[in-house]
Amino acid sequence: MNELQLKVLELLKEDARRDADLIATLLGAPAEEVKQAIAELEHNHIIVKYATIVNWSKVDDEKVTALIEVQITPERGRGFEGIAERIYLYPEVKSVYLMSGAYDLLVEVEGKNLKEVASFVSNKLSPIDAVLSTKTNFILKKYKQDGIIFEEHEGDDRLMISP
Amino acid sequence: MIKDEEELVRTKVKRQAMADYLTPSVQNIKPSGIRRFFDLVNTRKDVITLGVGEPDFITPWHVREAAVYSLERGKTQYTSNAGLPALREAIGQYLNDQFQTPYNPANEILVTVGGSEAIDLALRALIVPGDEILIPEPCYISYSPITALGGGVPVGIETFAKDKFKLTAESLQAVITPRSKVLILCYPSNPTGGIMTYEDWLPIAKVVEDNDLIVISDEIYAELTYGTKHCSFSAMPGMRDRTILVSGFSKAFAMTGWRLGYACGHPDLIAAMLKIHQYTVMCAPAMAQYAGVEALTRGLEEKDRMVDAYNQRRRLVVKGFRDIGLECHEPEGAFYAFPSVKATGLTSERFAERLLEEGGVAAVPGDVFGLGGEGHLRCSYATSVSNLAEALDRIGGFVHKLKQG
Ligand SMILES: Cc1ncc(COP(=O)(O)O)c(C=O)c1O
Repeated sequence: MNELQLKVLELLKEDARRDADLIATLLGAPAEEVKQAIAELEHNHIIVKYATIVNWSKVDDEKVTALIEVQITPERGRGFEGIAERIYLYPEVKSVYLMSGAYDLLVEVEGKNLKEVASFVSNKLSPIDAVLSTKTNFILKKYKQDGIIFEEHEGDDRLMISP
Repeated sequence: MIKDEEELVRTKVKRQAMADYLTPSVQNIKPSGIRRFFDLVNTRKDVITLGVGEPDFITPWHVREAAVYSLERGKTQYTSNAGLPALREAIGQYLNDQFQTPYNPANEILVTVGGSEAIDLALRALIVPGDEILIPEPCYISYSPITALGGGVPVGIETFAKDKFKLTAESLQAVITPRSKVLILCYPSNPTGGIMTYEDWLPIAKVVEDNDLIVISDEIYAELTYGTKHCSFSAMPGMRDRTILVSGFSKAFAMTGWRLGYACGHPDLIAAMLKIHQYTVMCAPAMAQYAGVEALTRGLEEKDRMVDAYNQRRRLVVKGFRDIGLECHEPEGAFYAFPSVKATGLTSERFAERLLEEGGVAAVPGDVFGLGGEGHLRCSYATSVSNLAEALDRIGGFVHKLKQG
């Protein structure tokens, strides 16, 4: 990864809707090079997807999210990989992380309501042979996600004109 | 003798209005153009403003936290008049590291209430009524009024877009008289974004030397340069003892509200400024000073991040104005662009007023910054990329409409 690519990533991380021309202007780089950089980042799966961060709590259609701590027995030869795959393939699973510490996998599950998540845990997750235990933590409120603070900020309260 | 005075008091004309009590030096100060425009802007809603002369960043958290911690420890008393020794130490170290301008924290550095107070102290310590104070313009709006308050005579030196608003030795030499005493420099410049390099300074330093001038060098934007590293006037050969270097935390560290700045110079000059300082404000706010130590010792990375962001916005704004068809010299420092609106046939003031009314964008008319400002607009890019993009859109639409007649 070169310096231009890194800068492009930073600017897209701030706002995914910025186009190559704007990014080129901001960085003082030729538009062609920026387009090339973006294409490479996409091709190499460094940019995996352009997504939107939604504050779902503001939408009537509320979802529940649980962070489930899972302890597992690793498989001979494959360690945690095979079981992680079995878990992350379920569409209700949003993210899976291998963790150090008191448990092995952290699994983020999203459902329409509590019951849906509970049934996922009892019917899908717990019965997997290698799973030793699960501990389900429901998210009550999101304050910050991916560096974005959800609470509405006080606006720009600088004077309109200053010396 | 006494009798005469009694006579005088009895026959003295009674003052008619409160204003009659005021000293003429205050009465004679015109309300600043920036203030007038501020009042105008405040009557409007939905305005995008490019008129703000301060960072849009919030002071980095670790700096704020240092101030909070100082309060928790109960550090709420006066500090020494010249400022916390730890802060002066940090300033000395920082100036030497960043700009190769060594100052002795013991007697060559004075911590002030913003760069503003440092400028005021320097001028008050130097001016004998009638002295001429030379000021390259367009410039920061305070120099001339503070000069006048001290009984000095401000003498403007016009600088031009074609020279990237640099001061030239010829134009400086041209205004010098036997009464010239102080030269006030402000590079990187508010409002033009102009900078001066080592080569630019050399002939200026010669004129300063030959004419025995003292220099007040306001280097508050020193950290905000894009491409060329700032060259301090005080670092020029032979100039250190002739220079009072003024700076502060407002711009580089996004700390305008803290009111923290400093002045550095010859011990005799600093001692004189300290006298005024100790009798007028005692010392800068203690919690701000603790925050200042943190900013200088551990805040340089955050500062670099902010400078990077300004640089990106600078490119956007300059390109934006040029695309609109307004001439815009490339600002190499501070966070202002200073495009020309002469092509529209409107004065700065008229352009700014109509842009506000018809385009919903506030920018400061250049004429308020003195000679050479007319025909320009000061546009601060210390605001978000999306704000800038929207503002440029609106300005483009407005200029297009003007051209249609
Ligand atoms: C050139 C210049 N000098 C000094 C100041 C005052 O800064 P401070 O906040 O340190 O008083 C400003 C603020 O706009 C400025 O632009």
